[in-house]
Amino acid sequence: MKNPLDSLWGTVISGFILTAVLWAIARAIVSHALGAGA
Amino acid sequence: MQGNLDWFFRWFHILAGIMWIGLLYFFNFVNVAAVKEATAAGEAGPISKYVVPRALFWFRWGAVVTWIFGAALLGNFNAGGTNGFVAAFTLQGAMAPIGFGAWLGTIMLLNVWGVIWPNQKKLLGFVPATDQEKAKARRRAFLASRTNTLLSIPMLFFMATGFTSQSQGIYH
Repeated sequence: MKNPLDSLWGTVISGFILTAVLWAIARAIVSHALGAGA
Repeated sequence: MQGNLDWFFRWFHILAGIMWIGLLYFFNFVNVAAVKEATAAGEAGPISKYVVPRALFWFRWGAVVTWIFGAALLGNFNAGGTNGFVAAFTLQGAMAPIGFGAWLGTIMLLNVWGVIWPNQKKLLGFVPATDQEKAKARRRAFLASRTNTLLSIPMLFFMATGFTSQSQGIYH
């Protein structure tokens, strides 16, 4: 499999995918904290 | 007292951040392709001699200054009784988004000083290296730089939507 980092667009698209994954995790942490009354 | 230096830390965090990430994007969006084309034409020498060392100087010190002012900005913030720096890096509640940004920025800083710069020093002839070592260094520096470009996308997302943003709703 080709390394996405070898392509500029592969790098950028991977960055957007990682953003979506981390956003979902951050959202879960914030929602959990709010649910716990934090 | 707490908020009085917020503007100053934020201002210099953004100024230095533009320097750092602007040069990161210059390397990845402009210089890689330019050097490749110039090398094929036998004209890459001046870029390596006059442009890259200067760009790398502002790049690596921009990274340090960005991190210091970002740390100061967080440390100056009271997150419900906890120091903002601690709350962010331990991903506490509403500080988790800016914490993700802070962690990504920290990983990127370590990448600059721990991988990119040591390998670039070999390529620029600041430290002795064989042709084989230079070929390895070139690949390592390239992949580390591309990794930082990748990480900059979520890093900037979390910086832009962090704890003082009105976009906080996207985390609820």
